[in-house]
Amino acid sequence: MSFTVPTNIEVEIDELITHYPVKRSASLMLLHAIQEHFGHVSREAIEWVALKLGLQPINIYELVTFYPMFRQEPLGKTHVKVCRTLSCSLAGSGELRDHFCRKLGLDSHKHGPQTTPDGKFTVEFVECLADCGNAPVVLVNDELQARVTTVQADEIIEKMPIK
Amino acid sequence: MPSEFRLILKNADQPGYTSDIECYLRHGGYEQLKKALGTAGRDLADGKKQSPQEVVRKEVLDSGLRGRGGAGFSAGLKWSFVDRKSGKPIYLICNADESEPGTFKDRQIIHKDPHQLIEGMIISCWANDVKLAYIYIRGEMPQGAKLLNKALAEARAKNFLGKNILGTGYDLEIYVHRGAGAYICGEETGLIESLEGKRAYPRIKPPYFPAVLGLYMCPTIVNNVETLCHVKHIVAMGASEYAKLGTPNNTGTRIVSLSGDVKRPGYYEIEVGKATLGELINDPAFGGGLRDGRKLKAIIPGGSSSKVLKAGEVFKLKRKGTDGQMTPVDVPLLDLPYDFDSLQQAGTMSGSSAIIVMDDSRDIVDCLANVSEFYAHESCGQCTPCREGALWMSKALHRMTHGEGRKADADYLLHIAQNIQGRTICAFGEAAAWPVLSFVKKFREDFEARGATDEAKHDASVPQKISASSNH
Ligand SMILES: Cc1cc2nc3c(=O)[nH]c(=O)nc-3n(C[C@H](O)[C@H](O)[C@H](O)COP(=O)(O)O)c2cc1C
Ligand code: SF4
Ligand code: FES
Repeated sequence: MSFTVPTNIEVEIDELITHYPVKRSASLMLLHAIQEHFGHVSREAIEWVALKLGLQPINIYELVTFYPMFRQEPLGKTHVKVCRTLSCSLAGSGELRDHFCRKLGLDSHKHGPQTTPDGKFTVEFVECLADCGNAPVVLVNDELQARVTTVQADEIIEKMPIK
Repeated sequence: MPSEFRLILKNADQPGYTSDIECYLRHGGYEQLKKALGTAGRDLADGKKQSPQEVVRKEVLDSGLRGRGGAGFSAGLKWSFVDRKSGKPIYLICNADESEPGTFKDRQIIHKDPHQLIEGMIISCWANDVKLAYIYIRGEMPQGAKLLNKALAEARAKNFLGKNILGTGYDLEIYVHRGAGAYICGEETGLIESLEGKRAYPRIKPPYFPAVLGLYMCPTIVNNVETLCHVKHIVAMGASEYAKLGTPNNTGTRIVSLSGDVKRPGYYEIEVGKATLGELINDPAFGGGLRDGRKLKAIIPGGSSSKVLKAGEVFKLKRKGTDGQMTPVDVPLLDLPYDFDSLQQAGTMSGSSAIIVMDDSRDIVDCLANVSEFYAHESCGQCTPCREGALWMSKALHRMTHGEGRKADADYLLHIAQNIQGRTICAFGEAAAWPVLSFVKKFREDFEARGATDEAKHDASVPQKISASSNH
């Protein structure tokens, strides 16, 4: 299957490239645009971005492996990022992540992102989300949730649109 | 009574105040840009002329404004280092990476008053002959990035940005650039590499001082979000009025992020040095004290990279006596004025002005293990002492928090930390080492007790269980 980027996304990408005097600078922004649309950055996408910017695929690949936000595998539809860092940890984010894992049948002892078999949820510990006054903080897709209790965690799980 | 002094956050939390440009204009928005653009040049006593841009740069220098991102370096002095003779373009980058654990102040500005940042940036760009600037925002703030893009579009539509700004002939573009989850992008040279589309590997200084060899090897100014906002207020008030805010050498206001074991965590803007650590933690206007029945154990005063302070510590601070001489005075921890210089004299730093409070219910070894895991995860991996040392310390602490501690661990950790600081390309090395050095030195008994308990447990259960992690 060949990799195609929809016209509207490519228009957006072409505009992003104009923001920089050196095309290569647009790499991260292009990867964000690709990941937002496809849900992850595939090998084909890496090659596509490299070609678009006149770079070697390795120049893009090394970014995907360096920056934690980029992922090479599709993740769950709802991505739950629980803050692990000190202020949130003091406010119980460890227990909160355990709660998410238990409810979703994931193994809380495992490191890194974990996805439910039905592909609906991914749960992951991340570092400080810069909202420590509202600890514990959880980023659900693009939305930041403050002072999350286990009750709210259950709501997040239940609210997930069934597709 | 100490109280908040809201300059930067004056409007942000007012009922009905929104992030759109019409609201900002109703509150006097972009008037300071007009004022700055209309600045007259000056004739100096020695017959030299100062251009309008030079006048504004001098104002920023005279205001005493110090960077709000972490290092507290004079903004005006930083601007004066910019190589203006190279013939290369000058770039300005707003550091909106806000990733120092405990810090959540720039988020308030970006989300609630983005135009204030943009106005501050445009004035700063104009004053430094910058034609192209970027806001580098951390990847985990997608809504912030959207808000900034919307605000930039609004400013462009009103000709505060773009070509021939307000008919002055000055052209400027500002774009938003998103990071992607790496803490090291907050370090200014790592940020520049990242903006060039590369891994955020910090550059070695010298020679790569951004003011000379920054973005695309051109002179570049990197300033924090809050720092750039202050420029607008310096233009509004004039340097000498502005410098009356705060305390000498620690001028202006600062937004303090307070989190951890206090009743009222949150952000509080104060005149620098006009509130003490104790007031920030205990006063009803600020943190409101610890939870009932709890006592203070430790304070991280300036983001997780700063050295921890222990309840009951007393510091020797240099103070001007009645005779005008600087003499050392004993200042207890909670009486430390919250400013750049006092915290430095107390052996730590105000860093990103993020205070994290730990009460007596907390296990200090657990707290340090949490902090160390952050640095182990975030080292960019370029320098061996940092890459290996940060991970090594974190593994040792992990072992200690999982029932495998040893009495010798305190010295073991100190030894590793001492071999990182001063041996790395960027200040991340210190950021990783300082928490370990300070926690272990100040709470040595906690670390040794933990090790002793675990060793006693192991001695009792012969044959000894050997686990993989006990090798670290
Ligand atoms: C490891 C590390 C992380 C940093 N993170 C940030 C950050 O998230 N935001 C920030 O403004 N400055 C950060 N800094 C400081 C920047 O390198 C730089 O000094 C600052 O952006 C300059 O702006 P200022 O002078 O206005 O403070 C960091 C520094 C280091 C060493
Ligand atoms: S000190 Fe650490 S973060 Fe800084 S350049 Fe070296 S390895 Fe990277
Ligand atoms: S520690 Fe969780 S948001 Fe900062």
